[in-house]
Amino acid sequence: MSFPLPEPTPLSQPYWDALRAGRLTFQRCGKCSHAWLPARAECPNCLSAEWDWTKASGKGRVVSWVIYHHAYHEAFKAQLPYNVALVELDEGPRLITNIVNPDLGIKADRPVTLQIEEEHGVALARFALV
Amino acid sequence: MRGKYVIAGIGHTQFGRLPGRGTVSLNVEACRNALADAGIDKSVVDALFVKVPTSRYQSMYGQTLAEAMRMQPKVGGVWDQGGATNISMISFACMAIDAGQCEVALVTLADDPKTGTRQAYEKAWGDDAAYGWFSIAAGYAMIMQRHIAEYGTKPEQFGEIAVAVRNHGAKNPHAALRAPLTLEKYLDSPFIVQPLRRDDICLVSDGAAAVVVMSEKRANELGVKAPVRILGFGQGQTSYDVPYREVLTETMAKVSAETAFKMAGLTPKDIDVAQIYDCYTIAVLMTLEDYGFCRKGEGGRWVEDGRVAAGGELPINTSGGLLSETGMPGLQLVMEGVRQMRGTSVNQVRDAATCIVSNQGGIMTTHSTMILGH
Repeated sequence: MSFPLPEPTPLSQPYWDALRAGRLTFQRCGKCSHAWLPARAECPNCLSAEWDWTKASGKGRVVSWVIYHHAYHEAFKAQLPYNVALVELDEGPRLITNIVNPDLGIKADRPVTLQIEEEHGVALARFALV
Repeated sequence: MRGKYVIAGIGHTQFGRLPGRGTVSLNVEACRNALADAGIDKSVVDALFVKVPTSRYQSMYGQTLAEAMRMQPKVGGVWDQGGATNISMISFACMAIDAGQCEVALVTLADDPKTGTRQAYEKAWGDDAAYGWFSIAAGYAMIMQRHIAEYGTKPEQFGEIAVAVRNHGAKNPHAALRAPLTLEKYLDSPFIVQPLRRDDICLVSDGAAAVVVMSEKRANELGVKAPVRILGFGQGQTSYDVPYREVLTETMAKVSAETAFKMAGLTPKDIDVAQIYDCYTIAVLMTLEDYGFCRKGEGGRWVEDGRVAAGGELPINTSGGLLSETGMPGLQLVMEGVRQMRGTSVNQVRDAATCIVSNQGGIMTTHSTMILGH
């Protein structure tokens, strides 16, 4: 079974292009300054359609994480057990990711830093425990 | 509206693997049984509230079902709040009757993910599938891990819930899973998505259930034998997906319960027995906290020493819930609440006069609460 590649839309294409170029970006509202991911056409806070893609510092913290012992997709069978983490960026947005060095000990609120990795031809925003 | 409306009848199908039936047939059987339990004829029903089957979405399914029962409802249709839908539909039925829009409502749910597709439970989460982010279970595991990190909740405490509910189900002849559970066996059960063990996770089942809702006055006119009063209800929706919730360990279940308690004029101390949506043990633990049975973060310690088991201070899920009776999303809990108030449960709580029932959907996304009582 093939790897579940992201399916960029006209709205999310800039996010994936930026990752490929080595930058993690998020959207920031021009009206209320709310910051968010994933890509949306309107600010979920004030509903404005005025926003820009902004470069993230790449610093954040672990909110929570899980370890899969069962693969819900064929492509992840060989990787079991693997982690999926929820990271909050210092700028506020949260994203689903993987921790690249879990052997250091994943802990809630532990600081992490961006480590972009390429897999199946797509650049993914992963994080390393600091 | 407190106590003005009643659940007049309950009905269900077999639970488990029911190949070749389809949800329309399952719904009709549950409705037939609920009408028989109420002792009323189909002809008095003028409203049909239907939960969307997770196994197969179909436009205007509510009308397909009405046609299969040769009904022309005044009020009807499909609602979708996931597992919270059932209690919400019962409350919408009460409000519609109170507004003079209808008199007697059938509220029904059928699903067949066991023989059909489990896609709703195992789905990929959009582009995040590239990180391996799949399934409803993983969302609950993410919340559970945060609860463990913040409050030190222990595996044995989640195990207390699983053991209590599974042992209640073991006594229920209709339960799909009747094997009892010990804490040892629970701790030995394999991780599916850590920290979730297999025995933290509910069943996947085919089946249907239905209830009849009407005013107490109408129930008396129709000679309904064992109507059970609805004392209060409420709803609340945490409509951010797990990754975008600012706080993982609190949900709108709190608001839902506050609304229901206020309507009923009761507090958690007044509740004798509870049916708490147990798709995953963490959902039970957090609902008990959010409902105010204990303080936030103290759910683990609170469920210890058999407090939620038969004979304990607050027995929960006395027919086996989603972990044992059937994985069907929620209406079995309402039916068991009715049985407790009638005094006919297989794990009857002596002199029980109040029962709180929770329904929730998604990953603690939607919530609905109902208080039944004498």
